[in-house]
Amino acid sequence: MNDVVLTANFRKQFPGGPAIAVENFRAGRGVTVLFGASGSGKTTILRSLAGLEIPDAGEIKWGDEMWFRKRENQWRPPRQRHVGFVPQDYALFPHLTVAGNVGYSLNERPAAERAARVAESLRWLELEDLARRLPHELSGGQQQRVALARAVVRRPKLLLLDEPLAALDTPTRLRLRGELRRLLRQLDVPTILVTHDRFEALALGDDVVVMHAGRNVQQGTVPDVFSRPANLAVAEITAVETIHSGKVLAVRDGLATVAVGSAQLTALAEGLPDDRNEVYVCIRAEDVVLMRNGAVQSSARNHLPVTVRGWSSEGPLLRVSLDAGFPLVALLTQSAGKELALQAGAEMVALIKAPQVHLISFTR
Amino acid sequence: MSGADWQLVGFSLRMALGSLLLVWPAGVAVAWWLARKNWRGKALVETLVSLPLVLPPVVTGLVLLELFGRRGPVGGWLHRTFNCDVVFTWRAVVVALAAMALPLFVRAARTAFEEVDVKFEQLARTLGAGEWRVFFTITLPLAKRGVCAGTLLAFARALGEFGATIMVAGSIPGRTTTLPVAIYQAVENGEDARAWTLAGVSAVIAFAAVFVSEQLQRRRK
Repeated sequence: MNDVVLTANFRKQFPGGPAIAVENFRAGRGVTVLFGASGSGKTTILRSLAGLEIPDAGEIKWGDEMWFRKRENQWRPPRQRHVGFVPQDYALFPHLTVAGNVGYSLNERPAAERAARVAESLRWLELEDLARRLPHELSGGQQQRVALARAVVRRPKLLLLDEPLAALDTPTRLRLRGELRRLLRQLDVPTILVTHDRFEALALGDDVVVMHAGRNVQQGTVPDVFSRPANLAVAEITAVETIHSGKVLAVRDGLATVAVGSAQLTALAEGLPDDRNEVYVCIRAEDVVLMRNGAVQSSARNHLPVTVRGWSSEGPLLRVSLDAGFPLVALLTQSAGKELALQAGAEMVALIKAPQVHLISFTR
Repeated sequence: MSGADWQLVGFSLRMALGSLLLVWPAGVAVAWWLARKNWRGKALVETLVSLPLVLPPVVTGLVLLELFGRRGPVGGWLHRTFNCDVVFTWRAVVVALAAMALPLFVRAARTAFEEVDVKFEQLARTLGAGEWRVFFTITLPLAKRGVCAGTLLAFARALGEFGATIMVAGSIPGRTTTLPVAIYQAVENGEDARAWTLAGVSAVIAFAAVFVSEQLQRRRK
């Protein structure tokens, strides 16, 4: 992590709730993803950074500026922190139009400047036509963009996004994931983004902080954390056994053909930007079905000839390493492994359904 | 209806509207404090504000008479500082109506403020708004329907006020006599027709106020 802009060490516990404790939390210039299962304390941390919750102990520091320090009873109220906050449900002001929402923070600016900056933000997010609409007249994706515009219009020094895509239906979410990445790149404002979706974390983050049971258990660059989880807890939440870079060869009827290593895979093309053919291909081990060679008819779109490289036992399961022209991992039960008579060097077929091949556009 | 009757109706409406000018600032402030803050003595203020709803109006009037009389704490101060007398003038009418209407307004406005999700206020703060701006641009507009409904209820209540008014303002024809007081006197003087006419006017105004208030509360999402 380079150029640390925000550091935090604090504790917060709600009556009857679990204790949330972050130690040596750092956020850099790019997008820091706060990643973990629901209930792991991500939202509480984000709200504490925004100044909407007051921690019980510790400190939060932005550069040289102290935002919170229990020992000296220092606390900077949210309106003086100059952050852009986008909560999970967006909280658009229901009585104000899109333009009214976006311009809310600019009330002290001259009217002409305010109008110009609102217009600029609306144009940037392709919302010009909606300026006079009320929030309840917008689709989920449009609301999300309005919330983003409202948060960034006064050029905050830190952008806080809480599950920015979670309130959307799946096709919209996939489409906006790529778009959000592009927007955050353009903005170039330090951003902390909360998500429980590992594919979102991979797609959107430069750095990642993994949360588990109220603690930040690992932080580092996204490739580092995802390829080298520090402990079992992190491995379980980041668990995408196969991540490999690939190239989109063709998109037809909503399906993409992707070259990965020396193999070709079929995946859903939803959410893929048209102009980019570099992708991460992610496959979870439990989604890979292994079978012995032979004539196969199945609904799964991907039939890959594979060679068994080895395996390890995990209680009732076997984690099998395969060579499919790229390294692939499959998770089977012990009994299935016995029936297949697994042995190193055996030639088999791996089946993967197209929707279980996750493509994440590669923008790093 | 005679010219004097129309004048009476006009006077009563002006007094009720005037009382709203007292009810609004006090009522909005109290309702907001009750809805948004926890403080010592909150329960006491809650009870005090609601008291005129259950106390006999005559008792409320008696208390006001004591407070606003020339020898009372408030009345004495007003007399010394502004040479302004309250009791048995139109000002006493306004004060009595305001005291009786305040509880209804506070109840409605408090519920309306409580129904505004604090997430909007919090978000406004992250956008740099101070507490006054949050209140006037977020809380109050979002509670608008409830506050309007409360206003109409308070207005209707003020228009029907009898007991407290007659205690502090008496009944000086053309100066402190309001609709309900005039109805009472008409019956006492055997002018039944006049009493019924004035009663009809009261009923029409009250009906309209409550009807609109109900519509406002129902349409709230």
